[in-house]
Amino acid sequence: MRDYLRTHEGEARILVVLALLMLVLGIASPSFFSASNIASLLNNNAVNVIWAVGLLVVLIAGGIDISFAVGASVVQYLTALVLLWLGGGNWLIGLVCAGVLGILIGSINAALIAGFRIISIIITIATFNALFGLLMFATSGRSIYDLPDWWTDRIGVISLGDGGTLTLPVAVMAASMLATWFLISRTTTGRQLYAFGDNPEGARRAGVATVKIQFIAYGWMGLMAGIGGLMQVNIAQEVVPNALIGRELDVLAAVVLGGARLGGGRGSVLGCFLGVLLVAVVQNGLNLMGVSPYAFKMVIGLTILAAISLTNVELMSRLTGRTWRRSHDQNN
Amino acid sequence: MMTAPSTQTAPDGPEAIRFEHISIRFGGLQALDDVSFSVGRGEVHCLAGENGSGKSTLIKAIAGVYQPAPGARMSYFGETIPASSPPLARKKGVAVIWQDLALFPEMTVAENIAFDSLVGKPRLVNYGTIRETARTALGKLGVELDLAAPLRSLPISGRQIVAIARALASDARLIFMDEPTASLTQAETDHLLAVVRVLSKSGVAVVFVSHRLAEVLDISSRVTVLRDGKLVGVFDAAGMTQSRLGELMTGRQLNQAVSARDPGNAPVVLQTAGLTRAGEYEGVNLAIRAGEIVGLIGLIGAGRSELAHTLFGMTRPRAGEIRLAGKPVRFANNRQAIGAGVAYVSEDRLSLGLVQQQSIADNTVITTLRAISGAGGLISARRKSAAVTRGVTEFSTKIGSPDDAVSTLSGGNQQRIVLAKWLAISPKLLILDCPTVGVDVGARDGIYRIVRALADRGIAILMISDEVPEVYFNCDRILHMAAGRIVGEFDPRRTPIAELERTVYA
Repeated sequence: MRDYLRTHEGEARILVVLALLMLVLGIASPSFFSASNIASLLNNNAVNVIWAVGLLVVLIAGGIDISFAVGASVVQYLTALVLLWLGGGNWLIGLVCAGVLGILIGSINAALIAGFRIISIIITIATFNALFGLLMFATSGRSIYDLPDWWTDRIGVISLGDGGTLTLPVAVMAASMLATWFLISRTTTGRQLYAFGDNPEGARRAGVATVKIQFIAYGWMGLMAGIGGLMQVNIAQEVVPNALIGRELDVLAAVVLGGARLGGGRGSVLGCFLGVLLVAVVQNGLNLMGVSPYAFKMVIGLTILAAISLTNVELMSRLTGRTWRRSHDQNN
Repeated sequence: MMTAPSTQTAPDGPEAIRFEHISIRFGGLQALDDVSFSVGRGEVHCLAGENGSGKSTLIKAIAGVYQPAPGARMSYFGETIPASSPPLARKKGVAVIWQDLALFPEMTVAENIAFDSLVGKPRLVNYGTIRETARTALGKLGVELDLAAPLRSLPISGRQIVAIARALASDARLIFMDEPTASLTQAETDHLLAVVRVLSKSGVAVVFVSHRLAEVLDISSRVTVLRDGKLVGVFDAAGMTQSRLGELMTGRQLNQAVSARDPGNAPVVLQTAGLTRAGEYEGVNLAIRAGEIVGLIGLIGAGRSELAHTLFGMTRPRAGEIRLAGKPVRFANNRQAIGAGVAYVSEDRLSLGLVQQQSIADNTVITTLRAISGAGGLISARRKSAAVTRGVTEFSTKIGSPDDAVSTLSGGNQQRIVLAKWLAISPKLLILDCPTVGVDVGARDGIYRIVRALADRGIAILMISDEVPEVYFNCDRILHMAAGRIVGEFDPRRTPIAELERTVYA
């Protein structure tokens, strides 16, 4: 436990904040802990978590991806077209199609970043714009409402009773979290992702295939973007080309909130989940308390600032029984 | 006194490595010219040479990165091989620990040590095996470290131990260590040397690669010296001194005469009384006269740089007084100190003293932007170029074009640019914090000459150093600092260098 806290300082911190927040909300608004509220919280945030674990892998490897939400829109649209052309399809075809298309888009990012040796934020801002422009141009901004029934039907997976049911996106979220955890914590490839993000030159000298590592990172991000996009349709019941714009920054903020480090080498699946949940709970709580939706963004912005700048180092060191200095002091 | 070339041969059994007639050319540059190099099993060996002497090229040839020209003979542990490659060298037990260590700060100590087992064909991670590998490797060194701690929580010396353990975990039997003591305190260096002794006893050979070898000479048996890509010779470490080594590396007699003079009745420029800042320095009384060079010697952590930071206005003393040219001063920040005529050349020239990516010209005038500005506060191109020309010619700095980035210059020439930059403000007091760190032995002389010339113009100079010869041969008076206090004062004309070395390094 102590060891876990020492290497997962960020996660422990956000867990404390989240627990306190939920306690306050539970007292302030009894409906907060109702089955239907919990279920809708998870149902509505499943897609963000799927994207978050994808982005996590990129951040761990020292990169960043601004383009994934637009990428997910492109995948949605193309998948819808493929399914219409096939005359319907099913979940398996949909998953394979969205996954493959997502990986392709991720690979384009990886090829550009590794090939031109340009930092990922510049490349993905470029692909963000190029993909978005292409999508809006090709579709003239038209949405698709005529989708196969299997895609838009709500599928309950677990009932929490009392009108609250967890739907398919939550199950897919759990599977994505598990798969990502397995990749980054249990395989040598995953440890190489951490190492490459931590010290690229050191990894290269140790024999890590650095180009391959970047393809894995952005490919995984693409896969999660595609799967998330597919699930988003199940929730929204439609494909709107510009519906996902802006979500990339919410997800990025949640992942960083969850302890991942911009610059690479640190971050966990649990942290991603907690980060997304924290943002969602704040929003949910404000909603229950009847605060104007216009205030949401402001409060969420302040929450992120507070959570990141309130460095509870002393608290953590008391919990773990030892002191250590913040990483940046020592790295440089 | 000449040190005789070594006649000592390696202990029984084939040597760890024997590389003979190694020549390597890069385009027009003969990086290595018919160099031979051998290390015995379990031997502690020094490889010395200035920057550009071919040290790194030789290590890379031994590590299989560079292929020597035909005619070379190479063997690892008695086995002759026609050509080497990085995987082959690694398999034969050759490991190189570069100065930057190439470790992973966010990962645990255990993963860092066992990292090589994580590379290769993708497979599942077994953390039990990783911990076991790490424990075994550390056990060979007789060191205990917290395996689950993130590497970033360790000091540099601890990370070095991890790097050595990592080499052992991949069965290294010959370890090259690139500038291992560059960023260590004395106690940490001692610890490192203790670990190296353990390695040596267990049959693992260690080669120190450095141009500062005073600390490691003691435990080494032989020294190989390179100069301009050629082998100068292989010498017994016993009886070798840092100054003799300097001569061998540069190929010329260095200025090794005491240059101390009496400042006479020159006015006192800097005087402090009871200067104290808890935890950093305490009760510091010192006085420097115009034209006087005062050395401040002490080990890392003695409070030398902290004192300098206060004199330069970057920190404020808790107690005591600073007088500059007789007037008491209290600097709120270093701009005020600069305004009062204090200049400070920082220890970390590469990151703090120069803006590496900017041009030589921009770096030279950065302290005097106001003076070279014309109407409306805009920089006058004419005044700027005049100031740059003055700064560069003053110290005969070798530059290509003033528009080249500072990073293109050698260490010695970079240091001249730093001095020029500070001289432009016509300082009364110049503080030099380890002025020759990272500067080759041969280029140091030039810097010392400049420092003496500045003193001759009436500038009071405080030279901070952790190398006794540096202050001994270049200062008029030497103050010894330990644990935040000035504990002794020496006159190089009366105190033998050996006595000073004993006092400081004791």
